[in-house]
Amino acid sequence: MKLTNSTTTLLTLLFSVFLITCNGEANKQTASASDKEVTSAEENPDGIGPVKELILPPTIDEELAQRGGEIFLNKCSACHKTDKRFIGPNPTGILERRTPAWVMNMILNPEEMVQKDPVARQLLIEYNGAPMANQNLTEEEARAVLEYFRTL
Amino acid sequence: MKTKIKFIASGILLVTIMAVLGCTTQNNGSGALSSNVAERAYVAPGEHDEFYAFVSGGFSGQLSVYGLPSGRLFRVIPVFSVDAEKAYGFNEETKPMLETTFGFIPWDDSHHPDISQTNGEIDGRWVFINANNTPRIARISLETFETEEIIEIPNSAGNHSSSFVTENTEYVVAGTRFSVPVPQQDISIDEYKSNFKGAISFIGIDQESGRMNLDFQILMPGFNYDLAHPGRGKSHGWMFFSTYNTEEANTLLEVNASQNDKDFIAAINWKKAEEYIQQGRFREMETAYAHNVYDESTHMATSTIKRTVKVLDPAELPGLVYFLPTPKSPHGCDVDPTGEYIIGSGKLSAALTAHSFTKMLDAIENERFDGEAYGVPILNYDDVVAGVVEQAGLGPLHTEFDTEGNGYTTFFISSEVVKWKVGTWEVVDRKPTYYSVGHLMIPGGNSRKPFGKYLLAMNKITKDRYLPTGPELTQSAQLYDISGEKMELILDFPTVGEPHYAAGAPADLIAPRSKKFYELDDNNHPYSIKNESEARVERDGNVVHIYMSTIRSHFAPDNIEGIKVGDRVYFHVTNLEQDFDVPHGISMIGANTSELLIMPGQTETFVWEPKKVGVWPFYCTDFCSALHQEMQGYVRVSPRNSDIELSWSLDGE
Repeated sequence: MKLTNSTTTLLTLLFSVFLITCNGEANKQTASASDKEVTSAEENPDGIGPVKELILPPTIDEELAQRGGEIFLNKCSACHKTDKRFIGPNPTGILERRTPAWVMNMILNPEEMVQKDPVARQLLIEYNGAPMANQNLTEEEARAVLEYFRTL
Repeated sequence: MKTKIKFIASGILLVTIMAVLGCTTQNNGSGALSSNVAERAYVAPGEHDEFYAFVSGGFSGQLSVYGLPSGRLFRVIPVFSVDAEKAYGFNEETKPMLETTFGFIPWDDSHHPDISQTNGEIDGRWVFINANNTPRIARISLETFETEEIIEIPNSAGNHSSSFVTENTEYVVAGTRFSVPVPQQDISIDEYKSNFKGAISFIGIDQESGRMNLDFQILMPGFNYDLAHPGRGKSHGWMFFSTYNTEEANTLLEVNASQNDKDFIAAINWKKAEEYIQQGRFREMETAYAHNVYDESTHMATSTIKRTVKVLDPAELPGLVYFLPTPKSPHGCDVDPTGEYIIGSGKLSAALTAHSFTKMLDAIENERFDGEAYGVPILNYDDVVAGVVEQAGLGPLHTEFDTEGNGYTTFFISSEVVKWKVGTWEVVDRKPTYYSVGHLMIPGGNSRKPFGKYLLAMNKITKDRYLPTGPELTQSAQLYDISGEKMELILDFPTVGEPHYAAGAPADLIAPRSKKFYELDDNNHPYSIKNESEARVERDGNVVHIYMSTIRSHFAPDNIEGIKVGDRVYFHVTNLEQDFDVPHGISMIGANTSELLIMPGQTETFVWEPKKVGVWPFYCTDFCSALHQEMQGYVRVSPRNSDIELSWSLDGE
């Protein structure tokens, strides 16, 4: 038996109908899982994570900054140096480039940030795919590290 | 031709409609297909199992962790045997775990895991398991899934009727299978009778830390103590042990230990034992046994030798032990969820014997004894027996229970699982096993509250169940759905080693408390470092200590010079990561040991004795990031008499 072109077309069509019907549920899931729409930095300069908005007081809290320095040494300095580019970027002057909330979210929610935040994603590429490690800092600890960055 | 196409088209259309209908039905999970056997053991990708199963590794010496109903293997916890993959018994931290009074032993035969209990229900704190060959009991944390403690059992040999917990984990018991001279001495084997003793150990458990202490031993007559189970509910305070070889044969036991029509189940009143201990009616005996403890805060184990044990003599202490005659070399000794019935599985008989706890107490109260053995009163079989499951099968071994008043017993010789009713003793169902089933497990089946949904049968013979792999085959386990009237075989899966018992628990009892990583701030390892600025190398004579750290994806330091042939170099490696599932590994070319596999926040150590001059690389063995292949370093090894200074660096600093 020779299948004509029209038979093949019909078969393909029916098979597609079958696939669509069967995978309706799965398709929906795929759509939500691939929901990695990159929001532009201008639209969302604070990144994605638990910190929605953060306005820093005008003066630096020296005590908080000192504590942040200690946390930075133990949890971050294996990859970030304050005098040079290392595994990851140098945090000196970071608040001239990013918002305080962005810095907090990058520390607290790095997995989602490098996937969805355009700036973080670009940095991951720029730093050869070295992942920003989630060191499981509390929000208070991340805030202290941010205060330390203000002193650099 | 046109008609033909039409014909084909409508055919395809029909098939498509059917397929669509079929898949819709499946999605809804109702209809005829939902009773499909495969579906009931199927756990979809990304979904979690309903139960954990902790399956003994038998001659592998380890404990395997499976999910049920999928039968997926999650982890093999090293317990009594070294494990190069995890550096267990290879790194400096865990070597003391395998120390004994015979020295370091790299292997054992692990048998009977049991989960800790509170009020007679499994509580998911710890799993205990016994080493059969060189008698020991291990405690495994169900927070870290690591072996935290191992205690050696003195005066014991073939530590088989172990490691069963009492209703509130007051004790873990360990009974000897082989009676031996106590204390050991140089006598003729022919002097077995009356000179050999069977030590039963009660190991007290600290409820906070789980730490084990050998509280006391009862020196029983020289029988073989095979299995045990705790009383519960009304029989709480008692422990029951099956015995065989009451003939006290010391050769060709196959025949000579099968002479008696009945052996015994020993009923031990451990509350009474506590009273006697309090009254000081024990003997302090000199002995020696190792006690090995892994400290989570220092990430290190220590081994100490203990020197004394309190010993109780049942012949001198009335009310401590009674013997319940039980046919015929009973193996399993299982207590139903109410605590009323003690089931003896006479492995050389066709029937099961159920003793009544109430009748036993009554007989004891009225002192209806049928003689004694070495000063231990023997009760009348007819006074204590509650019922017999007649002609249930051949070679009964082990029984567990569900919540509906059913017992499930394995029969080794007739290769089947038999379901019977507690109280009426009638057989209600039987299913074949493939082949020669040993033990079975129902999650919580040894407690007041079983979860009677699945039954795991662990088989001794595999034969044709899987693709052949040469003469040696994996052992096979089989899962039955027991939620209905009839048992249904729903899954076969291979196991590690040769499982004996297993213990199961609902996943939600354990999973939420499972540790994700170790806090770096709580790391008190003497050679840990908390950040890269502390990384360094120190020399003390020919001993060199490298304080090294890892993080994705580099070592600090990664260039080291000034090491010499003949040095003894300790790599103390701290994983600075603080996130779930980011271990790092390390191995050094030519090191006569295993890799290290270091969990986040942990410190581990291996020793390297460089033998050859040159520049030698080390690298990360556990794929950690896209830059894992870049995670490497070099050590320069100079001749013994070299005067090259010790130096170390990372990125030239």
